[in-house]
Amino acid sequence: MFELLGITPQSLVAQLLIGLINGSFYALLSLGLAVIFGLLNVINFTHGAQYMLGAMLTWIGLNELGNWLGIEDGFQISYFVMLLIAPLLVGAFSIVLEKTMLKRLYHLDHLYGLLLTFGCALVIEGLFRHWYGVLGESYPVPEMLEGGLRVSGLYLPYYRLWVVALALIVCFGTWYFIERTKLGSMLRAGTENPKLLQAFGVNVPLMITLTYGAGCALAAFAGVLAAPIYQVTAVMGSNLIIVVFAVVVIGGMGSIAGSIVTGLALGVIEGLTKVFYPEASSVSIFVIMILVLLFKPAGLFGKVR
Amino acid sequence: MQTKPMPFGLDKTTIVILALLALVPLQSFVYDLFMMKVFCFAIFAMSLNLLLGYTGLLSFGHAAFFGSAAYVTSHVVKEWGLTPELGLLVGVSVSAGLGYVFGSLAIRRQGIYFAMITLALAQVIYFLATQLPFTNGEDGIQGVPRGALFGVIDLTDSTPMYYFSLAVFALAFLLIRRIVNSPFGQVLKSIRENEPRAISLGFDVDRYKLVAFVLSAGFAGLAGGLKAYVLQLASLSDVHWHTSGEVVLMTILGGIGTLWGPVAGAAIVVNLNNYLANLGGWSTITMGVIFVVCVLAFRRGIVGEIAHRLKIKL
Repeated sequence: MFELLGITPQSLVAQLLIGLINGSFYALLSLGLAVIFGLLNVINFTHGAQYMLGAMLTWIGLNELGNWLGIEDGFQISYFVMLLIAPLLVGAFSIVLEKTMLKRLYHLDHLYGLLLTFGCALVIEGLFRHWYGVLGESYPVPEMLEGGLRVSGLYLPYYRLWVVALALIVCFGTWYFIERTKLGSMLRAGTENPKLLQAFGVNVPLMITLTYGAGCALAAFAGVLAAPIYQVTAVMGSNLIIVVFAVVVIGGMGSIAGSIVTGLALGVIEGLTKVFYPEASSVSIFVIMILVLLFKPAGLFGKVR
Repeated sequence: MQTKPMPFGLDKTTIVILALLALVPLQSFVYDLFMMKVFCFAIFAMSLNLLLGYTGLLSFGHAAFFGSAAYVTSHVVKEWGLTPELGLLVGVSVSAGLGYVFGSLAIRRQGIYFAMITLALAQVIYFLATQLPFTNGEDGIQGVPRGALFGVIDLTDSTPMYYFSLAVFALAFLLIRRIVNSPFGQVLKSIRENEPRAISLGFDVDRYKLVAFVLSAGFAGLAGGLKAYVLQLASLSDVHWHTSGEVVLMTILGGIGTLWGPVAGAAIVVNLNNYLANLGGWSTITMGVIFVVCVLAFRRGIVGEIAHRLKIKL
């Protein structure tokens, strides 16, 4: 049947895998956005920049840090170490951001949070554009994950399988943490009614700060995963964040599981569009957003607000 | 303290400023071209202010209207040989039509989602601009002829073009002020202040929002069309999200919900861009820093702050 359309099963599976990878990034990023929005009522426009920071730090750790420290014989921080360090660094940086700036805006209209984080995103992106230009740097796939799996004419690179698996594990972990643990229940209570929660003796401001840090760390984690797949550039985040916003509009930010499922599904749909109608692949998610707005304005998993 | 209203709703401040602007071609400190660019972006920022300042809706995709009108105006003038005023008319109609489509979709959600939807929809226009044949991709439409106004007044020289831009700007300013001060504008403000109450008073809020959105998109298109004549160019940067962010910055810097704020903001940002254009990342960084400072410490904006201190309306 596929041959009739001039599409081989190989290319279909290959695009499905690419779709799943994009979907994993959408899921990780929209998950972070949803968690942050739930507690802070801020749409974090800096999310794209924090994703870029994750990838950038990984690249710097491999290629630049040795020179900076003046260590001659190729001092490098490997990919796997960065998978841990980069999110921590970005998380810490984001906590500073929240403590010094974002915190002052909670009593105002939500729009100001969006505008502030937009400004911060511009500054971060501009700095890295100034230092490294807009041309992409490529990051090698770590040795352990080189090569791929050959199954009946199909080639599945190990690294891509690793990305999908890891992203799924982290997404599931976050879901489990929020929906099934004691700390997560406090987080949900904070989303529902922060004042009442504080009256019960929970340190809500601290929780808000940590949540922002964790949400941004998720973005940086996605950035590290993305470094060997996409070109590492200063502008890699800003292009992605607009698509992720569309994903968030489609899914609605009411449900954690909802954002994960929506992210993955939209990545796959985008991948399939690339097989059947390549011209439309870059706008497919936006078209779905328009359809959702027409037929289910509150979003697939959203509550009416 | 009721004073006798002047014709066309003119007041002293407006007359003085417009008269001063009319003198610009007679001296050589301020360049005509620079001022014309300011007029374009001032109209653009005023269009956004109509939504953000007076209706409380943040559109993060206004570049879509600005850019599409720039492209359409350039195309019809260059390829079909239309006169400038007709070109503008076509550009404005297209952007207002686009505004109707965007508006009907975006008003289905409130608050923060509204901004995200407009941003995402504008990205579709950006992709279209990179794909459609008539936009010439990366090159854009270059060498847009300024032509002759009504087929009579040649706009090729900078002085007649300056007065044409000034006239368009003055017209847009007075129109927007008329809209803001009309009963319709009062309803928009009531939506901004308290939407549920506006609904309970019996206003069809969604329809008011949609009309405001279409008007705003139309003015943004006017700005884009005029810009196509001034710089004789329509390019991808006109539809890029960066431009959407820039116009939000102009409005906030000048003062949300003030009439002159967007004009002042446009003048400052266009000036800054002139200095920083060749410095790569620095223009982005500066823009970002101004954003942060405005949002954190300076939410009234320049004109808003002056008006607040002097206790007057600007």
